Amino acid sequence: MLSLVRSMWLIFLHMFHKRETFQYPEQKAPLPARWRGRIALTRDPDGGERCVGCYLCAAACPVDCISLQATEDDSGRRYPEFFRINFSRCIFCGFCEEACPTYAIQLLPDYEMAEYNRQNLVYEKKDLLIDSEGKYPGYNYYNIAGMAIRGKDKGDAHQEEPPVDVKSLIP
Amino acid sequence: MTNFWWIIGGVLFALLNTAAGLIWVERRMLALWQDRYGPNRAGPFGLLVVLADTIKLFFKEDWIPPFADKVVFVFAPAVVMLSVLMSFVVMPFAPQIIVADLNIGLLFFLAMSSLGVYSVVLGGWASNNKYALLGAMRGASQMISYEVFMGLALMGVVVLSGSFNLREIVEAQKTVWFIVPQFIGFLIFLVAGVAETHRLPFDIPEAESELVAGFHSEYSGMKFGMFFIGEYLGITLISGMLVTLYFGGWLGPAFLPPVLWFVIKTFAFIMLFILFRASMPRPRYDQLMEYGWKVLFPLSILNLMVTAAIKLWLNT
Amino acid sequence: MPIINIDNKTYEVKEGKNLLEACLSLGLNLPYFCWHPALGAVGACRQCAVKVFKDEDDKKGRIIMSCMEPVKDQQRVSIEDSDAKKFREQVIGWLMTNHPHDCAVCDEGGACHLQDMTVMTGHSYRDYHFTKRTYNNQYLGPFLNHEMNRCIQCYRCVRFYKDFAGGKDLDVFAAHNHVYFGRQQEGVLESEFSGNLAEVCPTGVFTDKTLKQHYTRKWDLTSAASVCQGCGLGCNIIAGERYGALRQITNRFNSAVNGYFLCDRGRYGYEFVNSPQRIKTPMVYHGPSELSNGIPVLQHIHRRMKPGKTIGIGSPRASLESNAVLKELVGEENFYLGVSAGDHDLVSLALKVLQQGPVRAASLQEAAAADVVLILGEDLTNTAPMLALSVRQAVRRIPVEEVINTVHVPAWQDAAIREAVQENKGPLYILNVQQTKLDELAKGAWHTAPDNIARIGFGVSHLLSDKMPEVTGMSEQGKAIAAEIAEALKHAKNPLIIAGYGSGSEAVIKSAANVAWALHDLGIDAMLAFTVPECNSMGLEMLGGHRLESAVDRALNNEADTVIILENDLYRRLNQHRAEHFFDKVQDVILLDHLYNPTAEKATIILPAGTFAESDGTLVNNEGRAQRFFQVFSSNTAVQESWRWLLQIAAANGHATLSSLKHLDEVVSHIAVTCPVFHGIDTLTPGAGFRIAGQKVPREPHRYSGRTAMQANIQVSEPKPPEDPDTALSFTMEGYRGEPPSSMIPFFWAPGWNSVQSVNKFQTETGGPLHDGDGGKRLIEPHPNGQTPFYTEVPEPYLPLTEHLLLVPLYHIYGSEELSVHTPGIAERIPAPYIMLHGEDAKRLQVANGHRLHFMDNGHHYTLPVIINNTLQQGAAGIPVGLPGVQIAEAPQLIKV
Ligand code: SF4
Ligand code: SF4
Ligand code: SF4
Ligand code: SF4
Ligand code: FES
Repeated sequence: MLSLVRSMWLIFLHMFHKRETFQYPEQKAPLPARWRGRIALTRDPDGGERCVGCYLCAAACPVDCISLQATEDDSGRRYPEFFRINFSRCIFCGFCEEACPTYAIQLLPDYEMAEYNRQNLVYEKKDLLIDSEGKYPGYNYYNIAGMAIRGKDKGDAHQEEPPVDVKSLIP
Repeated sequence: MTNFWWIIGGVLFALLNTAAGLIWVERRMLALWQDRYGPNRAGPFGLLVVLADTIKLFFKEDWIPPFADKVVFVFAPAVVMLSVLMSFVVMPFAPQIIVADLNIGLLFFLAMSSLGVYSVVLGGWASNNKYALLGAMRGASQMISYEVFMGLALMGVVVLSGSFNLREIVEAQKTVWFIVPQFIGFLIFLVAGVAETHRLPFDIPEAESELVAGFHSEYSGMKFGMFFIGEYLGITLISGMLVTLYFGGWLGPAFLPPVLWFVIKTFAFIMLFILFRASMPRPRYDQLMEYGWKVLFPLSILNLMVTAAIKLWLNT
Repeated sequence: MPIINIDNKTYEVKEGKNLLEACLSLGLNLPYFCWHPALGAVGACRQCAVKVFKDEDDKKGRIIMSCMEPVKDQQRVSIEDSDAKKFREQVIGWLMTNHPHDCAVCDEGGACHLQDMTVMTGHSYRDYHFTKRTYNNQYLGPFLNHEMNRCIQCYRCVRFYKDFAGGKDLDVFAAHNHVYFGRQQEGVLESEFSGNLAEVCPTGVFTDKTLKQHYTRKWDLTSAASVCQGCGLGCNIIAGERYGALRQITNRFNSAVNGYFLCDRGRYGYEFVNSPQRIKTPMVYHGPSELSNGIPVLQHIHRRMKPGKTIGIGSPRASLESNAVLKELVGEENFYLGVSAGDHDLVSLALKVLQQGPVRAASLQEAAAADVVLILGEDLTNTAPMLALSVRQAVRRIPVEEVINTVHVPAWQDAAIREAVQENKGPLYILNVQQTKLDELAKGAWHTAPDNIARIGFGVSHLLSDKMPEVTGMSEQGKAIAAEIAEALKHAKNPLIIAGYGSGSEAVIKSAANVAWALHDLGIDAMLAFTVPECNSMGLEMLGGHRLESAVDRALNNEADTVIILENDLYRRLNQHRAEHFFDKVQDVILLDHLYNPTAEKATIILPAGTFAESDGTLVNNEGRAQRFFQVFSSNTAVQESWRWLLQIAAANGHATLSSLKHLDEVVSHIAVTCPVFHGIDTLTPGAGFRIAGQKVPREPHRYSGRTAMQANIQVSEPKPPEDPDTALSFTMEGYRGEPPSSMIPFFWAPGWNSVQSVNKFQTETGGPLHDGDGGKRLIEPHPNGQTPFYTEVPEPYLPLTEHLLLVPLYHIYGSEELSVHTPGIAERIPAPYIMLHGEDAKRLQVANGHRLHFMDNGHHYTLPVIINNTLQQGAAGIPVGLPGVQIAEAPQLIKV
């Protein structure tokens, strides 16, 4: 009983505390680096598109607002032919970033993307692809993966042996 | 006779404005106690939020779920408004400002306010939705239980003043406000009053974290608005009653007119209600019932018996 | 039945199985790689380890490979034992030391058995910090992609490709941890069944290359149960769509038909659905229909359909429903079968033999269990590829049975059995006009002209039954052959006689019937299998109609003004000049088809018909088995099923019986009632009103992605998903999540089993039938009273003529079928048009390989390059049928050089 009175008193005293509110348009909130805001597709250190069109983000998305089509260039490197996010559906849960095996899709600290026309919330690859590595500098998926692409043949990736000589029986 | 209509009109006007104004007051106060600002954009001090809210309520789609019992569904929100407004009929705002100076005023108040439970039960039932029904059932049992010792607590005041007439009860407090002799009774009435208006911490029939929005889950638009306003009117009513019964009603030093004293005191209690909401956790349903029947109920009987005994002893 | 105890629970299991099969059949989850229900067990991967205990008191137990252990009564087994679990996790851990970090770019991902098993064993982190082995890949042709890094050395690929399907050009090379699965040299994989590697390989080493062109994960496909359109065998397939294009065909297990496999024509021949030649809008005089006076196209048609002057031409590649509705729309006397005269004669004869004779038609699986096989005039690999695969299994039956009886190893002990069987083969006899791929398995293979094949067939039946006339004037060699075959057949239990459209000769079919019937008279349980050219050839023939030639005659006599052609290119059915005359004569040609073809050039009105992927319907295969195929996706164009168009035409005309029909169920029950031969086709699948727990069966997996974004570029508000009024399937991911009735399974998936291996969970036992039976219903059963109506007129022996060549049809798996050639990968493998001659004939005509030969047929000139093949009958000329650019429709016939 007394504790109730005490908590009422303490809460009453909050009347005289400093306000926590940011008066938004005039005053901007400082966002932490891992804020889940605007979604972007990043590039690897060599400037190549990081997204390999694996569809994992699309599968992870609880509101199914990502759709894409994978394709590959003449050297076998995969990339999305189109990549679309319908931000009028996105709930900024970050599951897509969590699912992405290549660090391609990232949620960035920016939330100012409101639109008057809902159609404008549909972002295509040209709206999503940025010229940066985002939060994870240095990572290049194809340096780890076993697929050969232009400039990286079999055996060139991180910790790979040169390709087996099938004709040799030497142990 | 014209005077009578003026009083009715004035009271109605004042009450409805208070209820509407409380929308803003509650939000601002809650915000203050939570280190926020609350509504502060629309109009001076954000006062126009009241207008905005009203407009919003009016323009919302007035939707009746296809599975609901239509007649009862529409009728239920009106009950809450009506019953609360009717209770105000006997409220003495000032020596002359009273709509009907009934000599059974207190009983009338008890009767009217307990009618309010119908809106909860009917609304929940008519919605034909499990959450609404659960909320309604909780509301019914909570209000019936708390009504019992609310009445019993009041009897202490009646014993002291020797009258059911609210004006006479106020006048009986000229020497000392009943808060002093009836402190226990006051506490019980306060708790019962909060429960009666199903305000936090006793908002068990709504309990949005368990029951969506309880008995009014299916309501929107102005029908929801009526529940909403009904709740604020209920707060005002209980606050007014507290003032009338325990804090000397309009009585106060003469530098302010009596009606203002009444308003100031009532407002203080409204603030208390909001502070309750800002600071107290909601008990579980079984805790609520247990608390009511096992603590408050015996306490109120004890209070009544002691009061009556003292009164008898003093009189003889 | 043995009782075994698994993890302290007792189960009754089937005798003769191994422990792995027993566990999987019970629905338990036990990881495996190298075992395959159709290939047996070799114990190569060590993944299926379990613990077995001597008795109740044995607490220690020992780890064994469950796939190598036969079930024994009172056996005590533990799957959950911690040692066994750790062992299995370790095995995956070792595999992963070399496995590439590829899942994101691997086409297997999401349907990968290795992924599933890794999750199942609980291995989650590669804590090996040394280097990974790598391999170079090979180009393997247009069908399969090769990514050797992902191999886990389970040996399934070579066991399927070499041992099961008889391929020669895939093998395992190198040694120790360097073994390599591929070809000796880069190049196209030759086997017609190579595509199955994509499903057999548990990893992403072999993946579907056509899928890669428009890659979609399994979870993103809208799929439906369908039936292959590639040939007349009716293999069951699953077709998957995404973004309005058909993306992939995979096997749909049916224990009576195709089992676990498909041929490459069926698997890859789907791309015509996405062809730019597709007809998408109704057209009147080759413009969109709106431009023609603004009258809806149905009104145009209504105005042109003059009673008595309107004829309909059906199609063997259209569904039964479409054909039946057309027949009823134009009236029985005006309905013509859209097949060439030759095909019509052959298929109707085959149908008659099956309907009136006492011998039943063999299903593919029954064929695989035959002990003696006689093939008369068929190059099965090219005319009915999956039947060839069945024959490959049948050839092993006798030797395997011998081994099982003498060495006492169970049938699933694959390696041991193969070791014991060596190259032993059961009796297979092939008579064909030239050599075939199956010849290598045959006890005897002879190459001669169709009439001679028929004569030997008659000879065999005479030896089996004296009711048959003796064949006079038979050569000594012919007699010897007939005697050898008759001797083998006499001792058979379930002999299988195969013939069909491949020889182009009715006499061959008759002789096959005679042999089977003679065997039947001897009390031997013989089976017949007749190949038919197209997916619904048999259904169309059962429906019945007039010959196409009489339609032409009717037009030439000015008795037909309007012709409605159903999904047909008449230039493939008629001699080109006849077709031209026909089209010149009729006033209006109304065509319902999906691809723009030469017939469409002549059409005045074209209605866009749905392919199998956009239609519901029924097909009848060569065995007389009616099977339902379901619409995969709903096109957002005017495309709809042919039968729906025809019903709408009927409604516009106020047709008496058809106007009231709207949906598939109504059409199917109407057909079942009006055509007694099709009795029962309304029970093939549950109707449109069928619900499980109040829900439809979803065509999309619950993980289907992107539905709030895939059309957002057009309109951000999602459109209402299409509804399916015809079937109990929904076009969305909403619906019943459990197991649907087996006739309508849209995709195989079970919790923890994302790959094709999940089919285990749908079977009564591994490799056995699906839970509520296999889809399909046999409409043709042998005639109950066994009066055998032998054919007695023996053809004259074939004698080469000096001035003429006998044109014989040669079929090609890639090229002879009309629709599959639209797949670029298949188009790559179509042979160039040719005329095949025997070396002696070539010498006589003074031509060599590659020279161009001019010849005359029906007064028209043709020129084709020569190919010399000495296995061909002398005096005959082989000509590829149906190839794009080869015009002659009729074979066999004599031509003048
Ligand atoms: S943040 Fe969440 S809702 Fe938004 S795209 Fe990513 S997964 Fe989808
Ligand atoms: S998960 Fe990453 S790599 Fe895969 S499709 Fe999405 S963005 Fe691209
Ligand atoms: S084979 Fe399976 S586990 Fe290996 S990379 Fe491909 S999807 Fe991943
Ligand atoms: S290629 Fe595939 S099927 Fe062949 S051994 Fe490797 S993993 Fe097994
Ligand atoms: S499945 Fe048993 S060892 Fe491979």
